[in-house]
Amino acid sequence: MNAPLGSLDRPNSYIGRSVARPNAKRLLAGRGRYVTDLALPRMLHAAFLRSPYAHARIVAIDAEAARAMPGVRLVATGADLATLCTPWVGTLDHFTGMKSAPQLPLPLEEVLWAGQAVVAVVADTRAQAEDAVEAILVEFEDLPPVADIDIARESGADRAALAVEDNLCFRSRLDTGGIEAIFAGATHVVEEEFHFGRHTAVTLEPRAILADWDASEGKLTVHHATQTPYQFQDLYSRHYGIPEASVRVIAPDIGGSFGMKLHVYHEDMAVIGLALLCRRPVKYVADRMESFVSDIHARDHRVRARMAVDGDGSILAMDVDDVTAIGAFSAYPRTSAVEGNQVIRLMGAPYGFRNYRAELAVVFQNKVQTSQYRAVGHPIACAVTERLVDMAATRAGLDPVAMRAKNLIPDEAYPCASPTGYRFEALSHQASLARLKALMDYDGLRAEQAALRACGVHRGIGLAAFVEISNPSPAFYGIGGARISAQDGATLSITPSGEVRCLISVTEQGQGTETIIGQIVADQLGVVREKVRVITGDTETTPHGGATWACRGAGIGGETALQAARRLRDNVLALAAAILQARPGELDLRDGIVVDALSGAERVSLAEVARIAYFRSDTLPPDASAQLSITHHYAPQGYPFAFTNGIQGCHVELDVDTGLVKILKHWVVEDCGRIINPLLVDEQVRGGVVQGLGAAFFEECRYDAGGQLTNGSLADYLVPMAGEMPDIVVGHIETPTADTVLGAKGCGEAGTAAAAAAALNAVNDAMVPFGASIAQIPMTPARLLKSLGKI
Amino acid sequence: MKARAFDYIRPATVAEALAAFAEAEGDASYIAGGQSLIPALALRLQAPARLIDIGHIAALRGIAVEDGWLRLGALTRHVEAHDHPLIAVHAPLLALAAPYVAHPAIRNRGTLGGSVALADPASEFPAMMLAMAAEIEIVGAEGTRRVPADAFFQDLYQTALEPGELLAALHIPVARPEQRCAFDEIARRRGDYALVGCGIRLTMPRDRVEEAHIAFLAVGPTPMRAPAAEAALIGARLDAEAIRRAQAALARDLDPPEDGEVPPAMRLHLARVLLGRLLGRLQDQIAEAA
Amino acid sequence: MSAPLPVTLTVNGETLSHLIEPRETLADFLRRDLGLTGTHTGCEMGVCGACLVMLDGVPVHACLIFAVQAAGADIATVEGLTESAAVADLQRAFHERNALQCGFCTPGMLITAQGLLARTSVPSRAEIRDALSGNYCRCTGYEAIVDAIETVAHKRAAGEAAPRFTEEPA
Repeated sequence: MNAPLGSLDRPNSYIGRSVARPNAKRLLAGRGRYVTDLALPRMLHAAFLRSPYAHARIVAIDAEAARAMPGVRLVATGADLATLCTPWVGTLDHFTGMKSAPQLPLPLEEVLWAGQAVVAVVADTRAQAEDAVEAILVEFEDLPPVADIDIARESGADRAALAVEDNLCFRSRLDTGGIEAIFAGATHVVEEEFHFGRHTAVTLEPRAILADWDASEGKLTVHHATQTPYQFQDLYSRHYGIPEASVRVIAPDIGGSFGMKLHVYHEDMAVIGLALLCRRPVKYVADRMESFVSDIHARDHRVRARMAVDGDGSILAMDVDDVTAIGAFSAYPRTSAVEGNQVIRLMGAPYGFRNYRAELAVVFQNKVQTSQYRAVGHPIACAVTERLVDMAATRAGLDPVAMRAKNLIPDEAYPCASPTGYRFEALSHQASLARLKALMDYDGLRAEQAALRACGVHRGIGLAAFVEISNPSPAFYGIGGARISAQDGATLSITPSGEVRCLISVTEQGQGTETIIGQIVADQLGVVREKVRVITGDTETTPHGGATWACRGAGIGGETALQAARRLRDNVLALAAAILQARPGELDLRDGIVVDALSGAERVSLAEVARIAYFRSDTLPPDASAQLSITHHYAPQGYPFAFTNGIQGCHVELDVDTGLVKILKHWVVEDCGRIINPLLVDEQVRGGVVQGLGAAFFEECRYDAGGQLTNGSLADYLVPMAGEMPDIVVGHIETPTADTVLGAKGCGEAGTAAAAAAALNAVNDAMVPFGASIAQIPMTPARLLKSLGKI
Repeated sequence: MKARAFDYIRPATVAEALAAFAEAEGDASYIAGGQSLIPALALRLQAPARLIDIGHIAALRGIAVEDGWLRLGALTRHVEAHDHPLIAVHAPLLALAAPYVAHPAIRNRGTLGGSVALADPASEFPAMMLAMAAEIEIVGAEGTRRVPADAFFQDLYQTALEPGELLAALHIPVARPEQRCAFDEIARRRGDYALVGCGIRLTMPRDRVEEAHIAFLAVGPTPMRAPAAEAALIGARLDAEAIRRAQAALARDLDPPEDGEVPPAMRLHLARVLLGRLLGRLQDQIAEAA
Repeated sequence: MSAPLPVTLTVNGETLSHLIEPRETLADFLRRDLGLTGTHTGCEMGVCGACLVMLDGVPVHACLIFAVQAAGADIATVEGLTESAAVADLQRAFHERNALQCGFCTPGMLITAQGLLARTSVPSRAEIRDALSGNYCRCTGYEAIVDAIETVAHKRAAGEAAPRFTEEPA
């Protein structure tokens, strides 16, 4: 902890302490309860026939044989579900001109990607459902698939979805003016064309949903492996016409999500309809092959970018053209345009230049839909910026550290705004750079690099500064008309035994949400942590809120808990004062005991206050109001986003004969404001870095020209594994946001935001002696050998 | 991802297994460790009506040395290749390759016989059969025969095994003191199928190569010997020039197929790099011994 | 002919007889028929490592064995290893080091660690990472897992025993 606690400085403070996660013990004992584990009485299982074509018209479906198969309860087509579920369109109002084809759970006429679910089978077992799927005959008429992003944008091109007039989903332009003249007059101009591979989340627990329709009560209960239960409560209610209060969405233990589990998937919407039709619980778990062709993908971008630099190495301007392919329609309800929008707005964010131009084209093609996945847009903006910064440093004759020291916005220059429109409150890029340089012994590594080069060992050092969007206000989705909440709610209660229950709308996927909320509540209320039970992930019990996305759990959920705890503490002290015939201001609650605030002398236990309130209210003064439960909501105010910042360093060794890269070590210095639990923050950062290194070296959804995914299995899509990943050193700077009392910002996406960029710079640094370079991730052996001229 | 239904038979003897296969009129598969077969069944890439579990047939077990040959029963597990003292001494290439075969839990279950019978060109053990000049013992309705490894691997997943025949054992000539071997592979991640792998056994009674076995995996439709590279070494001292000649000769030995991610030229390049490194390693060993 | 077959096997110390359809994997049998849902299925093709169980004392993929093949075998799942306290020290070290996030990979990680430490009493970090080559974790980045296993290796080598994990307060 290097930020003063201020008003958070309470005796035995839990805020800022590394404590282990109470709920992790259950998972360690094999007692997790994931949706994949759930079984309800009379539960049925769904499987889907999927399109083998990237683009086709459905001519006929013959399911008679399948309906007669053992165990089969229902075979449903698009038409069967279209009578129950209204269509959805994945656009946001503030993305002017955006368009997308309406979607239904199962298609009526046109399939838009290879792997799209076409027919649903519900049977007694999953195996039986799969048997029946094999017995369904679908006649498809092949339509031309759209796969290439440039051909897709030509006038008169084949359309990826016949329901929209062309393949341009959305375009956006940012321009501060005069860019051409600045580039014409610059001493140095560096430019590059970057390619970013399609990537997917590969959560270890696949998508899973179990829908239970109780027709007698008119109640839908959905056990759903999602980050955002309230969003789905709203969607199931509105699209299926069921009153909101009659829809309950429960998100129990979730086996990883990373943004992938907050989008509407056709199969999930279908399962609701299947449960309505069967009047029995219906479960669907995507198998791994299905996951690859139906989970959202992300990061498919081609960026042409250039940077203008003056003679002393000062960055003058950036000019960016980003084309991203998103699938044949935009994801719902968050769209597939947010990523591109963030790419062009995050470019150059850590740097002080004022001149910027960007063009974004979001293009339809017949592949799996893309949408938000951990660190949305950040890795692309960061890699483009940081690679250009290194190229510019070389041209200006500056070391990469010196180049950054010269161009990163000075810490004392905040608050300020980026030329792309983001407003920054207080960031610490320069302090982070200095800290990183010391942490990684940058000068020592450079000396070692030079010595080893002489013996044919080629190591590289790469740096990447970053910002990370966190604590989003309604500026993210609310203003676009999406019913996605930027606020959170918490209900806090003192139980009759003087323990605490906290029901809160932020959700847990293993990052430690429940733990930090428990720490904050215990700290701010004044009880020991073990007495606080935190409950999340059930729309029936917790107040409505945004839940988990865009790194908002600690910053917004934490502040919600803090404010709620303070209110409840006031209630407790008021009641205790009435019992003790004292003034509330003279009392404090510490470790579950009401004490004299000045002397610390014990007055009465919280348990005794609760006992009196619940069982002997007759002994209270007539005007005493025992409010030992409160519900409190908090929505971010002030800055539209709280930006986390930091810098990463990557050290690699390149085998120039095989194209294999050994990642020797990785460093991160990050500033997420107030750190509630350093242990959890460090592990969020490490996990995030490894997903970024996966993108840098391994992960890519490869398609052929016909729109077929060619590596859609866990044996072929390479996820980073223990043997190839380095130890990761994490350092912290703490600059709390002043927008909240807590001062916390997000940290879950920081690692992913810049790891690939640092790795890209490191590998390019290793290739300097060969005059080679690479501007594509993943940096596969084939690509590196090609860059090195070996093949 | 659930397998299609099948019936399951667990014979106690080879004769029972062969009879169970014959009875199924060709629509059957033998299963031993099942580490390759079960994924194929789960994906419904294969769907035999009958699965014949040979995992409990005593005659298919056992590791023993007889008359200059190491006999490995087909059910010998990968982990035994890793651990077994007789294998370490008499078939060191298997022990060297074993850590590269998949992952620990797969090695606990997978069998050498299953791996060789499947003949995945990217697998380590089939290629090592070539490098060790092993013979494969096959049992069928007609009796038992032994097929040299060079004749066993015929085409992609095609071997000398006729339908219904069982791979009973692997016979490996015991390693001689004048033999040196090396194994390595180039893979993107530990335990992945290699981009290319190579096992070498050189017989060097004095300071020249008398006999060379060089076998590659993941370079063609079958595990492959590299006869031109071997020839380049015969009679030579293992020096930089000989190594360079062997690397150059690989162009005549290997014609890697087109593969989306790994172009043929890259595989050939990697094969040369790997061959050079392995021979260099042996050269260093010889220098150290001298 | 694919009718269920009678199978007798031992699971977590208890000998059970069940009628099992031949195509049911051991993983599905444990999860569905026995309710032992601590064994997870992440890929159903032997790649992810979430379904590892001990079979006759060594780690195997429960998705790569049909339950009928396991007749006569002795199976231990994470539930059984928890009950017997065989992995209590690993569980404690994972907990303290926060070597898990979503927890889906964790039972498989514990089994791999247990298998590794049975073969190699004090493995190096590189050996630990190597042993984890078949265990996917998408959350932690692996370092904390390596740390936790390394800690336990040293403690076991020093002869330290751990009490039952779940009896500890949170």
